[in-house]
Amino acid sequence: MYATQRSSPASALPASRATVTPPPLPTTRHFDQEVPMSQDLGHLSRRGLLFGGAAIGAGTLLTACTSNEKGDDGSGDSQTVAGNSNSEPSKPVKIGFSVPAGDHGWILAVTTNGKAQAAKFSEVTFVPVESGGNDPAVQRAAVESLIQQKVDAIVFLPHEGDKLEPTALKAMEAGIPIINLDREFTNPFAYRTLIKGDNYGMGVAAGNFIAAELKKAGKTAPVIAEIGGIDFLPLTKDRSRGFKDALARNGLKVNHQVWADFTVAKGQSVTANLLQSAPKIDAIWNHDDDQGLGALAAMKQANRSEFILVGGAGSRNAMDTIKKGDTPLKATVTYSPTMASSAVAIARLVAQGRGMGDLAELQVPKTIVLASETVTKENVEAYLPLGFAS
Amino acid sequence: MTEIIPERETAAAPVDKKPDVGPATGDGGLSAGDQRGSGGWWRGGAGESVRRNSALVVVLLALVVFAAYRRPDVYLDPDRAISNIMTILTQASAVGVLAIGMTFVIIGGGIDLSVGSLVGLASVWCTTVATQEFGMVGILFTAIVVGTLAGVVNGLLIAYGRMVAFIATLAMMVAARGLAAQISNKTTQVVSVSGINSLAETDILGIPLLVLVFAAVVAIAWVVLNRTTFGRRTVAVGGNLEAARLAGINVKRQTLLLYALSGLCCGIAAIILVSLSNAGASTHGEFYELDAIAAAIIGGTSLAGGRGTVVGTLLGVLVFAMITNLFILLNLQIEVQNIVKGAIIIGAVLVQQFRIGGLRKRRGVPASG
Repeated sequence: MYATQRSSPASALPASRATVTPPPLPTTRHFDQEVPMSQDLGHLSRRGLLFGGAAIGAGTLLTACTSNEKGDDGSGDSQTVAGNSNSEPSKPVKIGFSVPAGDHGWILAVTTNGKAQAAKFSEVTFVPVESGGNDPAVQRAAVESLIQQKVDAIVFLPHEGDKLEPTALKAMEAGIPIINLDREFTNPFAYRTLIKGDNYGMGVAAGNFIAAELKKAGKTAPVIAEIGGIDFLPLTKDRSRGFKDALARNGLKVNHQVWADFTVAKGQSVTANLLQSAPKIDAIWNHDDDQGLGALAAMKQANRSEFILVGGAGSRNAMDTIKKGDTPLKATVTYSPTMASSAVAIARLVAQGRGMGDLAELQVPKTIVLASETVTKENVEAYLPLGFAS
Repeated sequence: MTEIIPERETAAAPVDKKPDVGPATGDGGLSAGDQRGSGGWWRGGAGESVRRNSALVVVLLALVVFAAYRRPDVYLDPDRAISNIMTILTQASAVGVLAIGMTFVIIGGGIDLSVGSLVGLASVWCTTVATQEFGMVGILFTAIVVGTLAGVVNGLLIAYGRMVAFIATLAMMVAARGLAAQISNKTTQVVSVSGINSLAETDILGIPLLVLVFAAVVAIAWVVLNRTTFGRRTVAVGGNLEAARLAGINVKRQTLLLYALSGLCCGIAAIILVSLSNAGASTHGEFYELDAIAAAIIGGTSLAGGRGTVVGTLLGVLVFAMITNLFILLNLQIEVQNIVKGAIIIGAVLVQQFRIGGLRKRRGVPASG
């Protein structure tokens, strides 16, 4: 139903066809918040009873209210690679998979993509390890358990590259190839293959798109604003630098800069203030589609739409909004969690000692950097299946 | 008149913490009636809060003047000035409501570290697919009930489970955030019910509805704290728990109710955030507990309990919202903003220390008492 053919410059995987499996339906989670309406309130007996009854009734209703099951909605889909010459089954392999726990839809999409990709290969045993909390020590222990189990390859998205590098080196020394996903280890001995997104490239893509649009509209000396993520993160700095460089090539610059910490509430808050600061804006680049939901809400509340808004990451929601075209959001630049699908596919090939389909080399390349693609109303259809639930 | 003020100070806030001092009991538990009876209570009460928070008013005015000097285009154009002030107030409303609940809890001698997480939990719970099927009423009801019940759990653990408030609410902070992430599956739940986002887009006589909600919460809180037995009991319990108990106040029930009240405020704040961002997320309300506590503290609420005002907290909230707005107006880095916020907290507390120290000296109460 969802099968789509697309050329995939992003994944740098040759002639890949993206097939989309229907989402694994989330099971209904039940939570009983049984509040002991205790005897300590006994002397209020009748009032207490009423209150208790109301609380139990409310509790029952609330339990029902935690359900998040959706009918036909496609959000939460996973994207996988299939259908090239590499898809022939080979020797059975066990692939370990470790990503940090995160509270962001992107990390969740990474996990579901990795899992769905592994399920595509009959000879792959997928061994995901839980990394509860944002604690590097927990992830270290988890990856060490994978080394103990002697898996054939490990897909490793480290919480912090520096702190987990020794663990990756240990695995490599034990003969287990590490497929380093997204957050790069500085020591090249710590991984067999690195596959990552291009934060600088995201900024460049957004800057180029905005420069072209402003040129098209004939704007001279436009006011440009930027809504970043967490200001001190290297990835945020890279995105900002790319954006600045791309604008500078077109003789433009950023006039207003705010940070929204990748959260939807902060996105609303800083955007509301930003719109007060600048009575007229021509273009805004927002680094992250999740915080972009808040940014769009703030724009609607302030009744402002004189600018074009460009998003970042490529969430399903942003793509739907671009497709509808009734908001200032005109484009988003991708930082696709599909890289996890590719990482699992690469881990399999590395473990089996095979090269990549259409490449001449007999082994998988050392580094793959995904291109950041610009999704607009014109091409959004092709990208919709790749959008992740933010 | 000026001589009466210090008397009011004690009436509202028994500075004495020794359990064996009798008069404190009377002050805290029984003075609501005579307070009302004594003529000029209104001027006395209002004057007291203004005096106590005069430092904060000066800071707020200084911020406004500085902002007007640096961004005359925003502040000297009436339309833009009003629009900007309404934005500041709207942005202040969620943390503001939490800070009001926090003020009650802290005056009552406790602390609630879980408020930020409870906002996240309530926002997620009230925006699940199942809840949204009940429409706007379902969302509002769920947010309020989830917040309040979680507050009741806090209260039960602290009052009847005899847990230290810091520990109990710290545990709730971690657990509620975890549960919120679990329910939402770490995704942002967009609201498709149209009524919710219109809450944030509705103005009444030029004032955003959310600001009016915040104002109503502040007004009700002021009345409850200053004009009801509930308020007097809160002050009494926080001022001297043992004395309050001996005076016949059900201190456990009072403590339970205070945390339930804070939870209720979390539910209201969750609704405000959901309507503003048009979504529920487990990240909603991150670090709001710190902002709420900071606002209450710089507003003159004593962490030792027994002392604090609604107006002071309101000023504290406004100062922080003003700083956030100002830094975006000036296009400054976040680091500087945090440094300034920290400096203001320290400055405000120091000023209050000296004022209270001076007061004690004037009244002959040893500063160590």
